[in-house]
Amino acid sequence: MIKVLLFAHLREKAGTDELTVTDQNGINVKELKNLLMNNYDLPQLNQIMTAVNEEFVTDEEIVNDGDTVAFIPPVSGG
Amino acid sequence: MIYLEQTLFKIVDTPIVVEEVSDKVKSRNAGAITVFIGTVRELTKGKKTLSLEYQAYETMAVKKLAQIGDEINEKWPEAIVAITHRVGRLAISDIAVVIAVSSPHRKVAYEANEYAIERIKQIVPIWKKEFWEDGTMWIGDQLENTPYQEGKPSVEESK
Repeated sequence: MIKVLLFAHLREKAGTDELTVTDQNGINVKELKNLLMNNYDLPQLNQIMTAVNEEFVTDEEIVNDGDTVAFIPPVSGG
Repeated sequence: MIYLEQTLFKIVDTPIVVEEVSDKVKSRNAGAITVFIGTVRELTKGKKTLSLEYQAYETMAVKKLAQIGDEINEKWPEAIVAITHRVGRLAISDIAVVIAVSSPHRKVAYEANEYAIERIKQIVPIWKKEFWEDGTMWIGDQLENTPYQEGKPSVEESK
């Protein structure tokens, strides 16, 4: 099981702060984004940064069961 | 050291007391402490903000604040930095972030402090939602503000 965290406008659009993805061990980030966009009412994820286990990764990063994936829209803190 | 890191870099959901942050960087070797106080601005490009909401990916945000501390220690080994960022609903003039840097001489304290706020705006997963009379918007996802060139930081930039 892969845990997916949503923030900011993504969270509002999806209506939830967390999704779980099963049976996709070894999927890469790009594939995961496409899978989620096909299955949920989510905005375009292609241009959005991704963190796996709290570190920024590229779209080629492999995601395994037990990982936490977070989509990080452009930040606006400070 | 782990305990120290946790207290130097914090996300809170209550008002920030500036002196609590600046006290953390006090040192007998310090000749200067710079304090940056980021506050909620009412007008942005003529548009009136009523209030703001900050949301954070808290555990990662604390890690990234600590990473900024590490970067500062590499660039300016004599500097000591503490950062507290607030989340939740904030009113106009409320304090959103406080950055304190001490160092033996003032130049480093100024430079490292500015570096910290610029990096916060690049790599720390915190988002701001503006509430206006006629609507709301998460800043960063549209054209109001573009914190990343090309819409996102390169992975290199964010490491």
